[in-house]
Amino acid sequence: MFLNIQDVQKSFENRGNKEQVLQDINLKVEEGEFISLLGPSGCGKSTLLNIVAGLLSPSSGDVFLDSKRITKPGKDRGMVFQQAALFPWLSVEENVMFPFRKEMSKKEAKVVAQKYLKLVQLSPYAKHSPHELSGGMQQRVSIARALAMNPRVLLMDEPFGALDEQTRTRLHDVLENIWLETKKTVLFVTHSIQEAVKLSDRIIVMGTHPGTILKDIHVDIERPRDRHLEEMVQYEQMIMELLKAEIDKVVEEELQYEASH
Amino acid sequence: MKLAIKRIIFYLLIFVIWELAIKLFEIPAVILPSPMDVLSSLKESINDGSLLKDLGASFTRLVIGLIVALLIGVLLGIFLAKVKTADETLGSLIIALQSIPSIVWLPLAIMWFGLNEKSVIFIIVLGAAIVMTVNMRTGIKNVTPLYIKAAQTMGVGGVSLFIRVILPASIPYAVTGARLAWAFAWRALMAGELLSAGPGLGYTLKYASDFGRMDMVIAIMVVIGVIGVIVDVLIFQKIEQRVMDKWGLEQQA
Repeated sequence: MFLNIQDVQKSFENRGNKEQVLQDINLKVEEGEFISLLGPSGCGKSTLLNIVAGLLSPSSGDVFLDSKRITKPGKDRGMVFQQAALFPWLSVEENVMFPFRKEMSKKEAKVVAQKYLKLVQLSPYAKHSPHELSGGMQQRVSIARALAMNPRVLLMDEPFGALDEQTRTRLHDVLENIWLETKKTVLFVTHSIQEAVKLSDRIIVMGTHPGTILKDIHVDIERPRDRHLEEMVQYEQMIMELLKAEIDKVVEEELQYEASH
Repeated sequence: MKLAIKRIIFYLLIFVIWELAIKLFEIPAVILPSPMDVLSSLKESINDGSLLKDLGASFTRLVIGLIVALLIGVLLGIFLAKVKTADETLGSLIIALQSIPSIVWLPLAIMWFGLNEKSVIFIIVLGAAIVMTVNMRTGIKNVTPLYIKAAQTMGVGGVSLFIRVILPASIPYAVTGARLAWAFAWRALMAGELLSAGPGLGYTLKYASDFGRMDMVIAIMVVIGVIGVIVDVLIFQKIEQRVMDKWGLEQQA
């Protein structure tokens, strides 16, 4: 098994209260799959991604990549955050070269950076400062930076959540093309049903309090998916139905919280 | 261009009112000399080379003091940001020291180092190092956690995380710290020289005062002000602006 999440539990201490964020998470991922973790806020999907990244450790259970247990962050897992997280003191190109300081010469690193900037169609902006780019362009640089390390898995934590609708739609196409081209395994966190259906081979629908896996859905729609809108809508409705109970639960909890405070 | 014209008119106006007031109320030169007297004594000190000599002496002290202060400030700031116990103990002392103007250390400094350069440099270092320390500490503590996480997922950790991410990320604070350190150093230098030994701008000011030469006193005050502004605008604000531009941060006026 390529990526194996086994019996993962995670709880946080919150003002003396122990809060169970993830419970009994089991997930097996094949190489080359595009997998979305979908769920309402509070379902622990980002927490799970951070555990796979090695930025958080599970309270119990294990995550294995290529049969190796994950204990800390590493270059075999590239991460794209909701914010682009580019370093403002470096140029766009230097940002993409950042992970290569030790393993190759500057010249070689430049070649690699150019290749991946081209993949996200930003090679003319290599010498620019990150802030000179729009939000969507910055996020593309961030994707290029993660891909340039040639990781085994690409982890994406609501990468388009902070962008406007049009930019997001465009970046879905960019990401789909990159995925078709590189065949990277992608673990993609989102709360947008549409986004999940558009991009994924498999959608892991998660419920809240505690975060559990509700359903593992295989999306059998040909790519590129824009041409199969009807089928997409069917999947969207099915998932919407599934999540409705969860979203009601979240709303109810929020109301209760408000009433009791 | 409009701004420049406004300012020229403003300063000319001060000049005229000052001159008129002295003529009108017959103020003696020991109380307030006329602006023309100030100008001529300024010219005199430029021509006989004494101003240049004083400036040279003062700046030598300033540069030595400031460099030492910046080095101490950077290292101490990093130390406080990284070692919690040090921050909780030594940190509180440094905050307390910050509210003591460094010049009040001069009597002690003179006992320790004698009435000489070293005492003045000590005062400069003390004043400037504290403000640099405080800013450097804040800079390191305020590094966006996202940068650190991002670097970790790219396999960068430990010392190289510190050198390649945390240190560069704290540059805006460090630059502001350096600018404030210069301002503190310049004031400490003048106060120190005024109360201690020459040569130097502050010492010459004291000397002129002892002889009742208020025209000279004001001339030196003008020089101190002008140099203060020039260094701030031409060096420190430029550096700050460059960092802000590169980072895409808004410059607060």
